Order: sequence, then structure tokens, then C-alpha cells
Amino acid sequence: MSAISLKNLDISYGPTKVVQGVDIEVAEGESFALVGESGSGKSTVLKAIAGLAPEWTGEISVLGQPRGHMVDHGFARRCQMVFQDPYASLHPRKTVDAVLSEPLQVQGIGNRGRRVVEMLAAVGLDTRFRFRFPHQLSGGQRQRVAIARALMLEPRVMLLDEPTSALDVSVQAEILNLLKRLRREQGLTYLLVTHNLPVVSFMCDRMAVMNKGRIVEIAPATALHDGSFQDPYTQSLYAASGGNPDRKDI
Amino acid sequence: MSPLLDVRNLRVSFPTPQGRAEVVKGLSFTLGRERLGIVGESGSGKSMTGRAILRLIRTPGRQEADRLAFDGIDLTTLSERRMRDLRGARISMIMQDPKFSLNPVMTVGAQIAEALLTHETLARRDVQARVIEMLHAVRINDPERVTGLYPHEVSGGMGQRIMIAMMLIPQPDLLIADEPTSALDVSVQAQVLDLIDELVRDKGMGLILISHDLQLVARYCDRILVMHAGQVVESCAAADLHKARHPYTRGLLAAVPRMEETRDELPVLDRSAWSGT
Repeated sequence: MSAISLKNLDISYGPTKVVQGVDIEVAEGESFALVGESGSGKSTVLKAIAGLAPEWTGEISVLGQPRGHMVDHGFARRCQMVFQDPYASLHPRKTVDAVLSEPLQVQGIGNRGRRVVEMLAAVGLDTRFRFRFPHQLSGGQRQRVAIARALMLEPRVMLLDEPTSALDVSVQAEILNLLKRLRREQGLTYLLVTHNLPVVSFMCDRMAVMNKGRIVEIAPATALHDGSFQDPYTQSLYAASGGNPDRKDI
Repeated sequence: MSPLLDVRNLRVSFPTPQGRAEVVKGLSFTLGRERLGIVGESGSGKSMTGRAILRLIRTPGRQEADRLAFDGIDLTTLSERRMRDLRGARISMIMQDPKFSLNPVMTVGAQIAEALLTHETLARRDVQARVIEMLHAVRINDPERVTGLYPHEVSGGMGQRIMIAMMLIPQPDLLIADEPTSALDVSVQAQVLDLIDELVRDKGMGLILISHDLQLVARYCDRILVMHAGQVVESCAAADLHKARHPYTRGLLAAVPRMEETRDELPVLDRSAWSGT
């Protein structure tokens, strides 16, 4: 059974079709990347899976269960999303504790205090951050809270929308390490959207390259080592990212 | 030959309830007609350095320097009026995000023309010709059409090229580019930087490229200053970046994922070693 299965997925915003005919199968426990320029529709695919872009046709199923167009409580427990900008995705007037407890409250899960404390520890935050507001945290700490929020319901599948592009390189390294460790410990499946190819090389097993709403190529992440891509668009994207400087001298 | 820019012991501070906080602590460097990169994390004071050179630190912020001279002109004592003549005409700055730096209610053509007319008096026909020529130089197809567009009608990459056109049209001697591409896609990033690089080299200008991306700066600059907590921790030639010795620079370099990543975990900076921001 595949963790995420998209079949012939078309997504539109009003009259404009932004994604056309996307087919992806992500195996359970796999880390899969969606790569492309802005406007290529990669984030829109994540939004459709999460239910934030309801105008889609085709088939979306997560862990074997097809997703409808409506709000789906059960779905939220299987699949969660982490957004790009930690400065924009946390409620400015809610404490970390309130942000982390809310999904439990919505789903009617008890023992919230203990779960919040455990989750803070899992994402590497001290318990003294529990009753702080987002503005009292740094960018990296906020992204840790956002990841903790997504993990509160113990989902099997995580949708990551550029989780580190708003962060400094050194903080990016911390967050990438955290995501990698969590995946190993909890056996999560990741669908990661990014335009940073080295991040794909570090985090992912396979990648799909999108251009103008279509997938142009699906390749293993090891193709980034030598740039062995078939599609000319992928090759130009690879070249624009600087290629592999470690191999230039060969 | 005297250097284009001579900065000695530059300090920038802002008041806080705990007293004045220095964000740039005694920075010194000289710049010829070359490409200098300033690298650091957020809060390291790199953008404030760029602004201080143009004397753009507004009260309650305060800037002091033992010497801040551009082409032999002492900037610390220059009147505000003379300073305005210098800004744009001889030193100009490309800001981070075209979305916030272009005037939303002026057409692109009018904005570029304004940048030119502030410093030169020209006939209207000549102005139009110069604007179109400049847009050509930044590789905008169909510049006649683009001059009539408003900033919201152009893409991010195009907006940044328009910014560059605007900054280069008075033919400055020194260009300060503050994260010129961090709001752009990788594919457009390379184009914009290649363009800046080409224009800087053709016109023999000096360039200060401010960025948090070590690799990128190493690719486009001759010399690199690494800043941390308001101080320069390392200064080296771009080609020798991999030989950097300071633990902070080494930490930053190691933290970047590589195209051919084999490490299971990325090394993380131990922040306790430098009491940072």
C-alpha cells in the first residue's frame, strides 16, 4: 500500500488550471520531494492533499483511503502539513501550549498536558517555552513548534512546504536534522516541497520535477550526484543550482 | 591610488531598555574597484553595514566611524544635502525585495526615469532612450511595453531586474547589493547575479554583495568578509574560502547540505562558543 497516491490530479483556482495530470505514488516510509520554480504548482499539490485547495479532479488517497473534497476529521489524524514561513503560520496571540493542545481538543483526545510536554521534548524544545508566545521565539524555534503542532495527532504522513527556506543556513541544518531524526524514529512518510536541490539530496529518496503545472521527470535523489537527468528542463534547473561543485574538477 | 571606499572602526548602535546595543562593532575594511562579499546570519549586522555606508541609519539608531571615506570624500561630515547628491548617483543600493522597494503607483518607466532625472538634466526624448537602453541591458524583452507597466504586473525576477536598471542608470561607482536574490527562485537567481556581475565588470564599478549564502558569495566575489555579532570574524579571498580557519566560518560551511550528500546528519553550530545574538 502506498502512503500517498495521486492519480490524474488536476487542480484549479477559479477558471485557471494550475496543476494538470499529476500522478505520484509515494511508498510508506519514503521521503519524496517535489521540486520546481515558484508558480510551477508544487505547493498547490500539497494544498490539495491537505484539503486547502478544494477545486480538484482526479484521485487523492492517503494510506489507501481516498480523500473527499470536504473537511475530513479522520484525515487530519493521518496526514499533517508544515508550512513555509514560521513567522506567518503560528497564531500570534496563542501560546505554544494552546497551539499544541488545539488539535487534541478538536479530535477529543485527553491527557493533553503530558502529550504537549512530550512533544516539546521530541522536537528539542525546553519546557520553559511551553507558555511563550510566537514573538518570544526565534525563527528556528518557531519552526520546531510548527513541526510539533503537525505531529501532535501522531500522523503517518507529513506534508512539508519549504520547511527551511525562511531560515538561516545554520538553523536550516538543525531543522533538517530534526526532520530526519523524527522520520527515522516514527517511521513517517514525507512529501517535501522545495526549490533547494541540496536539501533534496540530504532528505529524500526520490524527487519529482514540476514545470508549469506538470511533472516533467521523476528521478532518484542520487541523480543529483552526477546530474544524470533525462529532461532538458531538469538539467537547466540543476545547472542553475550550481551543479555539483565537488565533481567539477573531474 | 586611493581606495574607492575606506571604512575604519564603523559602529552602529540602537537604544534598548538595557542601554545602547551595538549591532556593528568596529568594522574596518577598504574596497577598490573589486567585488567584496559580506556574509553572515540574520542579526550579524551585515545589512546595517551596507546602510551605514550610505548613512541611512535613522535616529534613534546612531552610527560612528573613525573614517568613512568614499573616493576621498569624507562621508561622516558631509551635509545631508551633499549626501543626497551622492546617493544613487555615485553609490547605489539594490534592496532585497522588489515587491516592497518599487513604488506601486508609478509605472516602471517613470520610476527609472525619476532615478535618472534626480541626478541629471536631460531632454525628455533622451530620458526615454536611456531608460529603454537600460532595460535592454538588464535583458528585458520588449522594453517599450514594460516601461508602461506597474510593479504588480511584473514577476519577481523582472521586478528585481527593474530595480537593478534603476540603480545602475545614473552610472554609480559603487553598488551595494543587499540580498539581491533571496526573494527569487534559484533559476532566476543565477540570471540576476550573472547580470550584476557582467555590468559591474564592464563598467569597472565596485560591488559589495551582502548575503547569507556562502556558496553564492564565493561564486560572485573576489574577497569575502564573514560577520558574526557585529564583528568581522574572517576575511579571505573567495577562492580560499574552503581553507577558512575560523570555527564560525567552518561551521557555516559545514551546515550547508551538498548536492552529493552522504552525511547522515548535518553538523550544527555550537552557539555557546560565541555568545551570539
